Amino acid sequence: MDTIKTDYLKDKFNELQSSSADDVLSNIREEGFKNFNKVGLPAPHNEEWRLTGISNLFKKEYHLSELENTITIADIDTARLPGYENANELIFINGKFIPELSTIRSSENDCIVLPLEEAIKTEYKNLIDEHLNKSYRFIKDGIHALNTSFMHGGVFIYINKNKVLQHPFYLYHFADARNNHLLSQPRSLVYIDENAKGQLTEYYTTIGAMDSFTNEVMEIVVNTNAIAEYYKIQNDVANASQVTTTHIRQIGKSYTHAVTVSLNGGMIRNNMNVIMEKEGNEAHLYGLYLLKRKTHVDNHTLVDNTKPNCFSNEFYKGILDDNASGVFNGKIFVRQDAQKTNAYQSNKNILLSDDATINTKPQLEIFADDVKCSHGCTIGQLDEEALFYLRTRGISKELAQSMLLEAFAEDIVMQIKHEPLRKYVEELIVERLSIN
Amino acid sequence: MLSIKNIHASVEGKQILNGINLEVKAGEVHAIMGPNGSGKSTLASILAGREDYEVTEGSVFFEGNDMLELSPEDRAREGLFLAFQYPVEIPGVSTTNFIKTALNEKRKYNGQEPLDAVSFLKMMKQKMQLVEIDKSLLTRSINEGFSGGEKKRNEIFQMAMLEPKLAILDETDSGLDIDALRIVANGVNKLRNENRAIIVITHYQRLLDYLQPDFVHVLVNGRIVRSGTKELALELEEKGYDFLKDELSLAEAL
Ligand SMILES: Nc1ncnc2c1ncn2[C@@H]1O[C@H](COP(=O)(O)OP(=O)(O)O)[C@@H](O)[C@H]1O
Ligand SMILES: [Mg+2]
Repeated sequence: MDTIKTDYLKDKFNELQSSSADDVLSNIREEGFKNFNKVGLPAPHNEEWRLTGISNLFKKEYHLSELENTITIADIDTARLPGYENANELIFINGKFIPELSTIRSSENDCIVLPLEEAIKTEYKNLIDEHLNKSYRFIKDGIHALNTSFMHGGVFIYINKNKVLQHPFYLYHFADARNNHLLSQPRSLVYIDENAKGQLTEYYTTIGAMDSFTNEVMEIVVNTNAIAEYYKIQNDVANASQVTTTHIRQIGKSYTHAVTVSLNGGMIRNNMNVIMEKEGNEAHLYGLYLLKRKTHVDNHTLVDNTKPNCFSNEFYKGILDDNASGVFNGKIFVRQDAQKTNAYQSNKNILLSDDATINTKPQLEIFADDVKCSHGCTIGQLDEEALFYLRTRGISKELAQSMLLEAFAEDIVMQIKHEPLRKYVEELIVERLSIN
Repeated sequence: MLSIKNIHASVEGKQILNGINLEVKAGEVHAIMGPNGSGKSTLASILAGREDYEVTEGSVFFEGNDMLELSPEDRAREGLFLAFQYPVEIPGVSTTNFIKTALNEKRKYNGQEPLDAVSFLKMMKQKMQLVEIDKSLLTRSINEGFSGGEKKRNEIFQMAMLEPKLAILDETDSGLDIDALRIVANGVNKLRNENRAIIVITHYQRLLDYLQPDFVHVLVNGRIVRSGTKELALELEEKGYDFLKDELSLAEAL
């Protein structure tokens, strides 16, 4: 039997540390690797990872590819998302941000986009010091530590005060798995300053038939009166697995709106964390997973209310076919101080096959007394009554089915506020759900 | 047009219909009355093709075709329409899109081109007037949040749009106030013609006053125990089902 192979990581880590000069990142990595060695990869008995066997992904050796930039403009063109002409397009190859291939359309007045290594040499040093890797305090598991151990080639995005960006950010993550199994570990820090608004979309593309494993961490810091809009679209090949951690800290009274759409891939784990660090924060988290074959998607959400009067709403929906499996785990913390918290959560699923499975679990930990929390989940089949109704009007069974499934999905798709993206996702879904 | 012969049917092992015979010709309006639970909706469901019901005996021919062999959608495309007693709410599916899809599926089946947007809108407008339904209802999801009366009106609107050869209206009048009933009944009357047959299932004389059916049948315990003209309905209204005691006890005995 294959056993876990992580020894090679030590060599790669030492290589990286000796090749890189700057202290700030080097120290963070050092700390990260220490933690990684201490806790190791999440094991099956780890409650948070029980249903997503990530350690299986490490039964092989990955390349942590250095600058062999084999992805061409033509490759990038095939992945561009609608609306790209107006977007700030950030290209990541094998986990590294590649400025030369990226296009920033916003002016420097509006926002700054720099490789992390460069950014810490600028006036933003203190800000980065203060916020980079703050997610570690919440996420003690080895997979997060592994990303931190190899934090280099990341990106720093700063959106200036009072700037409502007209150009959304599109982050394209390319993994070149043509020759080797590839581990890419993108890392980014996004800071949306007071009264500013930023929109980010992440998209993942694996090229090649070997396995790719993306272990991503994005930290988003949202200051007072700022708005963070975040979209994640996962529509990669079956040999592409990923753990993505989106760690949003609302450090001032602010607003978050996030939609995660998972359509294809291997084993996917999404950690979506929102930390309410100031009174009066608001967050809306949505998710849609349309899964078939053997795709596994695990959405772990965390809303941590540390201050009073915060509002959060989570709505995740899934349609699972074939042998697909899904997990929804929604954790809500209401700390002692967080009186008058309003936290809602709902997870609805349709299983189209007997072999598809979904595990859904709300986890409410409430230490304040004056709070409103609710959660609900449903697991069902297509509504037979509705199906019959449509058929009695002359609509074929297959078409009626796809109409109902599209309607089910539309609740979430409509939450994509960026129109070109919404239309794009709508088309993908229509294509997926149409008669097959 | 429709020929029902000796239909027996059961659901979940429970026998509900015990030998129904009914002949309906083009242009005719038939009323089916009967106490709650006597099997009226079951009969309608069987005609529309609901799969939970098992026909254990008998046959249904529609325009010469063995209807029990057809899928629900093909029955509709052949010209059958059922106005549901309890129309379902379908969140997220717009009523207009749904009707357009239905209409074009039917046209496709009949070898016709899909309706272009302009013709479709024109037709919508015309039929909306016919059944006095508000446009705002049609932009919403199918029946979602509709009042009872609005749902029924939407059923008649769909009937107007799909122009069936045979329409079965299952208690389309129940739950309607007097005004709504008048509107719905007028709508149905306008949809009457010599090529179209209508079966109305109802408890009440009110609707029949408007529609003036050609025939009235009384269904008890899964059998038609009495058939007659519209005077039978008046008699029922006056005396209740009790006056059919003999037939009732006969049906009971079965
Ligand atoms: N799906 C079903 N499952 C079990 N029993 C049913 C079902 N549908 C109808 N029935 C039973 O069949 C009988 C006839 O019902 P129905 O046709 O709805 O009567 P009506 O429309 O005349 O009031 C009733 O006793 C009812 O409870
Ligand atoms: Mg009934």
